[in-house]
Amino acid sequence: MSLFAARDIAIQFGGIKAVDAVTFDVNEGEVFSIIGPNGAGKTTIFNLISRIYSPTSGELIFKDQNITKVPPHDIAALGIARTFQNIELFAQATLLQNLLIGRHCHVNTGLLSQLCFMPSNRKAELEHREKVEDVIAFLDLQRYRDTLIANLPYGVRKVVELGRALCIEPKLLLLDEPSSGLNVEETEGMAFWIEDIKKDLGITVIMVEHDMKLVSAVSDRVMALNYGRVIALGTPGEVQTHPEVVRAYIGGEA
Amino acid sequence: MEDAARLLQLVINGAAGGCIYGVIALGFVLIYKATEMINFAQGDLMMLGGFVALSLIATMGVNYWVGAVLAIAIMAVFGFLLDSVILRRVIGQPQFAVIMLTLGLGFIFRAFAGITFGYGSYTFATPFTNKVQRFGNIVIGEDSLSIVVGTVILCALLYLFFSKTRLGIAMQAASQNQLAAYYMGIPVRTIFSLIWGISAAASTVAGILLAPSTVLDVNMGFLGFKAFAAAVLGGFGSIPGALVGGVVIGVVEQLAGYYLPAGFQEVTSNIVLLAVLILRPQGLFAETQRKRV
Amino acid sequence: MHQSLKTSYTQDISLLAHRGSVLWYGFLVAVLLVIPGVMGEFYVNELGGVYIFAIAGVGLMLLTGYTGLVNLGQGAFLGIGAYTNSVLMTKGVPFVITLPLSGVAAALAGVALGVPTLRMTGFYLAIATLAFGSIVGTIFQKWTSVTGGFDGFAVPTPTILGYPIEGANGVYYLSLFVLIFVLWLSVNILRSPIGRAMVAIRDSEVSAQSMGINLSLYKTISFAISSGITGLAGALFGHYVRFLAPDSFDILLSIQFVTIIFVGGLGSLHGAIFGAMFVRLLPQVIAIVRDDLPFGIGRMPGLEPSLFGLILVLVILFEPAGIYGRWLKLKAYFRNFPLHRRSSMRRQKVYARSERLR
Repeated sequence: MSLFAARDIAIQFGGIKAVDAVTFDVNEGEVFSIIGPNGAGKTTIFNLISRIYSPTSGELIFKDQNITKVPPHDIAALGIARTFQNIELFAQATLLQNLLIGRHCHVNTGLLSQLCFMPSNRKAELEHREKVEDVIAFLDLQRYRDTLIANLPYGVRKVVELGRALCIEPKLLLLDEPSSGLNVEETEGMAFWIEDIKKDLGITVIMVEHDMKLVSAVSDRVMALNYGRVIALGTPGEVQTHPEVVRAYIGGEA
Repeated sequence: MEDAARLLQLVINGAAGGCIYGVIALGFVLIYKATEMINFAQGDLMMLGGFVALSLIATMGVNYWVGAVLAIAIMAVFGFLLDSVILRRVIGQPQFAVIMLTLGLGFIFRAFAGITFGYGSYTFATPFTNKVQRFGNIVIGEDSLSIVVGTVILCALLYLFFSKTRLGIAMQAASQNQLAAYYMGIPVRTIFSLIWGISAAASTVAGILLAPSTVLDVNMGFLGFKAFAAAVLGGFGSIPGALVGGVVIGVVEQLAGYYLPAGFQEVTSNIVLLAVLILRPQGLFAETQRKRV
Repeated sequence: MHQSLKTSYTQDISLLAHRGSVLWYGFLVAVLLVIPGVMGEFYVNELGGVYIFAIAGVGLMLLTGYTGLVNLGQGAFLGIGAYTNSVLMTKGVPFVITLPLSGVAAALAGVALGVPTLRMTGFYLAIATLAFGSIVGTIFQKWTSVTGGFDGFAVPTPTILGYPIEGANGVYYLSLFVLIFVLWLSVNILRSPIGRAMVAIRDSEVSAQSMGINLSLYKTISFAISSGITGLAGALFGHYVRFLAPDSFDILLSIQFVTIIFVGGLGSLHGAIFGAMFVRLLPQVIAIVRDDLPFGIGRMPGLEPSLFGLILVLVILFEPAGIYGRWLKLKAYFRNFPLHRRSSMRRQKVYARSERLR
């Protein structure tokens, strides 16, 4: 069943077509990877889905709802979460605070209740804390709870980025290069977490990745992009041996 | 015809005043483009430059032109030292810290000037004081003319420097991408200090050009705030924008001073500034880009 | 020394972290309540001034320290609070109503500034706030029918339930209570979703949006709360100075506020208080030691601003975390003694995030 669909989505920056008539469906419960050389438009697609950019044409459909014109701050409430390639955590806050900010789309307490810290607010705060602790337990981040993000090593920050996205309790998770900057062990750990996210939490994942081993290990389907266009779509095996894909990565005859 | 002539007169006077704002704004934008530092003491650098020129020309009796060149040179060295001794240490701190630092430096400059030169108002004789040129119905003071001509010459020199000389091109490189400039063997930190020197020199030129028409006093650096408005109006990071912004503010002030009741000059330029920023939050010739995530 | 281990989630969200704090803060408040009985009128008056500036400092800290929006026009909001309060009082409105109304008036002005500037960042915002402050200052000067312009405006004595609040003691207690109230509000904000949203906006607008934070809404709320608090401070300021002049609310006052939050320690409520103490008490300290300074420095004109500037420069070069930052380092030293390592408190050198790409 299609959870998310992009129909002919395109965006142009000046004269450059960063994304050109891309169409794909993502089924519920699958891990869908997007691969392609640098500059192919992969992160741009993510930015389109999370509405940081507006497409010049095309549609985005999530749970049968057209989300092409939704403002960016409403995306989380709809159930779409994302991580960023270059880690956009809140550096001067603690890990716990970062994850609690991830709960923002579930906040229902009014302004006055918060200003006076009324019992309803207190109760809500404790509930959010419980949920955040579940994510911390899932990702084994207990020892870093009260550390400022600025003091955490890169590998841990990547995991926190993932955790913060999970706090949104999304139906669709967009992972932007989850293994970049990680060593072999950390990448294996990431692979396990993606499996767990899919199986235990039932979250659909779209992943932009360069690490082919990771892609083959966790993906159900793969889409390859080059110069903003789809050049292949299918199972990891099919895509990796597709002649177009090989040409895009390695180069063909002149 | 009378009104048209008066309007033209006001515009010309406004342009002259605006050129001063533009030159200070230019020095300010030069520093920002290179180092991303906000120098809130830019106006005070102009004030110091003016006072140095005053000491040379009025107190020590040096010839005007020689004194002007000497003052510019002295202030260029001062600017260089300011960066290499103090400002270099705050590289890496957020913008707000640098704003506070230069605010503090401004206080120190004003106090220093007061102690060394005194808290009164001073002036010195220039070849342009109290002389006028007539063009039909329009009377233009030679001081205003000198400001405009001086600004044009300064900008031409800077343009030639930045685009034709090796050092100038190196400066452009360092301001666009520090890391790449380092790799090319450009001594980036020295270059930044040189840019501070040029910026201080430019502000000194503004101070010297201003001398015939305004008295020098330790608080004249507050003109700097108008220069910041000019830089922002023109689009922060754009050098021609800084000049355009300065002229716009200068002209608006003159027109407001004449056509509106007293005391509305300030507020009119502020309203214009706010209006421009609200419509184009990045200024007229914007240079900021959205971060690529 | 003392390490507090947390045993429940409630501890994390409670007002004071552990029972030791309750003791210390309680003691502090008790001392402050007793001061007017013990110290002379001059000192009580000065402390009242410190509290008022601390209130405004807290307001600015929420906006600039926690939400990351630079405001160089804070003096204007103080003035709006002061004039609203005084003008309404002369029309017969009781003080218990004019005080919150001053806050509301300033908050509305804050929204008036915040909404058009939503898309502005960094320095553009700073200059826009500067322009706004200047415009409001001009309104104070020109709207003579209401403010009395340069003739000044005499501030009537406030009464609460028929009792006049007079003299240094009156201002002292009033300001202290308002300060405690404002601090309570601020701590509530900071441990609630609003406070976290503000911090998110400061640190990364893009990812704040992805987390569901409506930037426009929260920036506006931040402006409103910050200006509202400053308006309260303004109302009290009126009673402190007893006579309002339109040019007291100018850029120099705004620079004082910005110095308060910076020297005190950006990003903490304690910083606002320490900063207010520094800014208000420095001139007094200078006045006292002036005559004892060697080389006749004390007799130099312009000593005060030059010292002010010098200290500002030194703070930024050597302790950018401000007074509160230094206080935390001191506490860490005593807590870890003798195992304290200097490097554990060393600031991470962060290469400047380019402000050109936000």
